[in-house]
Amino acid sequence: MSARLAQGGRRIDRTRVLKFRFNGQWMRGFEGDTLASALLANDQILVGRSFKYHRPRGIVASGAEEPNALVGLGKGARFEPNQRATTTELFDRAEITSQNHWPSLAFDVGAINAALSRFFPAGFYYKTFMHPRPFWKHVFEPVIRHAAGLGRAPDAETRDADSYSHAYAFCDVLIAGGGIAGLQAALAAGRAGARVMLLEASAHWGGRAPVDDAVIDGQAAGVWVDAALAELSALPNVTLRLRTMVAGVYDHGYVLAVERRADHSPEAGQARQRLWRCRTGRLVVATGAIERPLSFAGNDKPGVMLASAVRDYVIDYGVSPGASTVIVTNNDDAYRTAIALHKAGQKVPAILDTRSQGGGELMDASKALGLRVLTGAGVAAVRGLSSVISARICDAKGTGAVTEEIHCDVIAMSGGWSPVVNLWSHTGGKLIWDEAEAFFRPDASRAPIGADGEVNAIVAGTANGHLDARAVLRDAHAAGARAAAEMGATGSPGDAAQTDEAATLPIEPIWVMPEHASDAKRAKMFLDFQNDVKVADVQLAAREGFESVEHTKRYTTLGMATDQGKLSNINGLAVLSDALDQPIPQTGTTTFRPPYAPVTMGTIAGEARSDTFQPLRRTPIHTRHQEAGAHWEPVGHWRRPYCFPRAGESIEEAVAREITTTRTSVGMLDASTLGKIIVKGPDAGRFMDMMYTNMMSSLGVGRCRYGLMCSENGFLIDDGVVVKLADGTYLAHTTTGGADRIHAHMEEWLQTEWWDWQVYTANVTEAFAQIAVVGPKARAVLEKLGGMDLSADALPFMRYAEGKLGGFDARVFRISFSGELSYEVAVPAAQGLGFWDAVARAGAEFGITPYGTEALHVMRAEKGFIMIGDETDGTVIPQDLGLHWAISKKKEDFLGKRAQSRSHMSDPNRWQLVGLETVDGSVLPDGSYAVEDGVNANGQGLVQGRVTSTYHSPTIGRGIAMGLLRHGPNRMGETVPFNRVDGSHVLAKVVSPVFYDPEGEKQNV
Amino acid sequence: MSEAAAVTRAGPQGMVSLRGLPEALSGPVRAVTGFDLPGQRSITGGFGGGAAWMSPDEFMLFCPHGAAALLVAELTASLGTTHHLALDVSDARAGFAIDGPACRDVLAKLAPVDLSQDAFGEGQIRRTRLAQVAAAFWMAGPELIQLVAFNSVAVYVEDLLRQAAQDGPLGFYSRT
Repeated sequence: MSARLAQGGRRIDRTRVLKFRFNGQWMRGFEGDTLASALLANDQILVGRSFKYHRPRGIVASGAEEPNALVGLGKGARFEPNQRATTTELFDRAEITSQNHWPSLAFDVGAINAALSRFFPAGFYYKTFMHPRPFWKHVFEPVIRHAAGLGRAPDAETRDADSYSHAYAFCDVLIAGGGIAGLQAALAAGRAGARVMLLEASAHWGGRAPVDDAVIDGQAAGVWVDAALAELSALPNVTLRLRTMVAGVYDHGYVLAVERRADHSPEAGQARQRLWRCRTGRLVVATGAIERPLSFAGNDKPGVMLASAVRDYVIDYGVSPGASTVIVTNNDDAYRTAIALHKAGQKVPAILDTRSQGGGELMDASKALGLRVLTGAGVAAVRGLSSVISARICDAKGTGAVTEEIHCDVIAMSGGWSPVVNLWSHTGGKLIWDEAEAFFRPDASRAPIGADGEVNAIVAGTANGHLDARAVLRDAHAAGARAAAEMGATGSPGDAAQTDEAATLPIEPIWVMPEHASDAKRAKMFLDFQNDVKVADVQLAAREGFESVEHTKRYTTLGMATDQGKLSNINGLAVLSDALDQPIPQTGTTTFRPPYAPVTMGTIAGEARSDTFQPLRRTPIHTRHQEAGAHWEPVGHWRRPYCFPRAGESIEEAVAREITTTRTSVGMLDASTLGKIIVKGPDAGRFMDMMYTNMMSSLGVGRCRYGLMCSENGFLIDDGVVVKLADGTYLAHTTTGGADRIHAHMEEWLQTEWWDWQVYTANVTEAFAQIAVVGPKARAVLEKLGGMDLSADALPFMRYAEGKLGGFDARVFRISFSGELSYEVAVPAAQGLGFWDAVARAGAEFGITPYGTEALHVMRAEKGFIMIGDETDGTVIPQDLGLHWAISKKKEDFLGKRAQSRSHMSDPNRWQLVGLETVDGSVLPDGSYAVEDGVNANGQGLVQGRVTSTYHSPTIGRGIAMGLLRHGPNRMGETVPFNRVDGSHVLAKVVSPVFYDPEGEKQNV
Repeated sequence: MSEAAAVTRAGPQGMVSLRGLPEALSGPVRAVTGFDLPGQRSITGGFGGGAAWMSPDEFMLFCPHGAAALLVAELTASLGTTHHLALDVSDARAGFAIDGPACRDVLAKLAPVDLSQDAFGEGQIRRTRLAQVAAAFWMAGPELIQLVAFNSVAVYVEDLLRQAAQDGPLGFYSRT
């Protein structure tokens, strides 16, 4: 059984007891515990079940590589699934639940999958579910979805109770990893004067060195770490961050790191996590190494752990994972675990060293302590179901004949170490196979390259394949000094710390234990614990022709779990290489991609949630619309009133009332969102002639003209009224959505094509509030405000005047998008609200109503005015819309002119704009197609046109629509069928698109 | 939770957008406003009176709200036939101030800009983004940042800045 030791635990504070619950049961831990160490301290060996076979699983590791101990943490609005128990700090009253089991952790129905495992071979999904096809959707998928998956998603009704934040940081040298290598690199770079960020994922500096009894500069590693930190903290150019994991490395020195600020104190009120978005000149990768498991039958059972993890729990947390531990190893390092356990008073009945000659000084030290070392020995099998009862011992190079059975409850394994090369690989750093140490390490000759073509990542220490402290410190010092120098730091990096190292004997890789194990045993040797991928699966994949490591990964799901192959990768590809009978470098490795470990969605979103999820654009009159109870419509990021329903009024009734009131008396519209671009300069007229299809240079001062803009491909991209404010100065109105886009369009042409033209533009959209006063009483309302002569003679249709209107600084445009007598009045934005109120007061006696976007749309449709985005979709040219009159034939050129002369653009079969009136008076469905007999090559029904705008017109008293129809203008009076979603058809008569006041008398009074 | 810096909404500001070639503008601008035309990514003065570099041929002049129209008229008269564009854009943008020792840290949560003393000292201006919207800001004092963003998103910007301030100092630019 696992238990807290009476003494030890350098990371825990035994005076601070924390209570927590696991699956509803109260347990006790100490401050400084991880969830994993606290669970082990409470004899909780079984922590979850595997993904595919639901096999019982225990804690294997002590860091980010942990594949099994994923738990649900918290409850309600703070519940989060798949939290790695080995890297999550314990906090008081933590609620922990195990995952992937039903009905209980101890008894799981899904484990029946395990009994059927020979029916679930590699590639099972691909093989089984191809036929019959309907079975996939209706039978297999629902069953698999129910059984598969790890943690459950948070409840749909909950909202994450925490807040998250981003931070942008810039530095010369960013060092990932705060072990002795990272600290040494930071010292070198910091002393030299570079701007340094040193980020450590865990809550502790120093990494493994203090656990592994390293001696640095003649002192215990922990003492040196403290001294290094003191020196670094005193350097103003060095930023130190604990609990900050470098998650991803991207192009041009862009590095993302996740800082866990309040995970361990959820109620503290600060942002729970922070995403650091760093731009660094040089990245130093000092991420250490991860120990590899050994592949023996039953190696996935709870109680089988990494040897390094066992001693971490003993030394760091004062927890012994078992009362009696058998060590099995192919290298010297695991002897440290044996010695640590022995020092802690725990039983180590045997050390199995697969090497026939055993190890070096550490083996001798173990023997000196009286520990039994069996060389050339391995594990043949593990007895026990959801815990370890004994290890059956065999010849490591044999077939698995059991020579002895040793009782134990933990088996601590070490298959050697693999450098953590993930960050190196994220932006393309390549790896090289190190035959002597049996691992892939970064290939310095094929390093990641920055924007300037220079190497921008340097790997240091154990991550660079150095396993002894002396080499680690030298390498890290050189890396830090080099990074700083390359960034222009001129100070002295000082000297590397000094250390000695125990003499070791080399590792002897053993990828399958025992080497000649039977097929039955290989089917119980797990490579990927989370995804249940076994040695036999990889060998089967090889037999079935999967030679590429990438294909094998996807076929078997090896390394595809949330741990992303941190434990399984090397073992898996070694087995694959063996099966393919080729050396490991020839097989190669899969490529690590960001993130290093999963990052929660809230952290990625950062501040973009709730009120700041998206910028919401408000006009200067927004608050008044809100008070009036506006029914809102999103228009881009703007919020515009769709209509203003009164008490007891439906949306439809409100729209109808707004239209009728406007047509019979007067209405007012907040048109502030319309784009307003000033174009000025000696070449402004020439420029406007190029931008618009019609002639703008001939416009007189004080006059307005409706214009169309096309892309260079001839398609209609925007429209609006152009006003000539003064000689050489134009005001171009754009659509609401076009303001930024058209301004950019103008600037692009000015800056790239006509850079020698003397024209300046400015987007002044937000400087003004613009209010349309519309209807037969519009003039009467504005005249009440006084100050300007707005009579038909003084300000005829399509004219502009500037003055003081009711004391407001007004630009009055006599333009109409409704067909009524209409003025659009622009005032400085700060005066907008006051002007709106003044118009409302003046209009009260006429029953003035504010109207929204829907009334605006219906009224323009009644007049047959097009709307960009309704009548246009990027494929429509002005000629399709009957707008030939707005295309100048006199001008030598304008954007789109040449394109519009192409044969396809002048094809008489192009669909063209018509009005549509349903025979039964109903409203045509939006987007409906005009169908015709026959089918196309794909068997789809033929179409001859489509609806572009469709409304109920309260003015006409029926459904009206506009649409594009083949030969449309020549088919007036014809009846055409339009489809409905339910498959039926509606008949509509082809009519003129101008339904209301075709002579235009009303707007011109 | 102590705030890292105080965020306040500046009152109405006078702002004039001025486009033209710097060599043609500098004399008239100095004559009318008394300010030298600032160099690349620089600003002289700030709210109430100042001149900011916005792009190689664009500047922003600050004056009291209500004085911009007169400033435009004076500039237009002074520049005569010189090709330029001078506009009163006072109401297009909202102003903010971030005041306190951690003002750089507050802004660093929202803008992808190197805000270190060396890169962004007093008299420096940046046009960039604040989370999802455009903004411009400058160091108006040793511990004071002034900022403008478009009026339509003023509420969003204020929410962003207050959140960032409430979340406490980063301890990155301001070491405590």
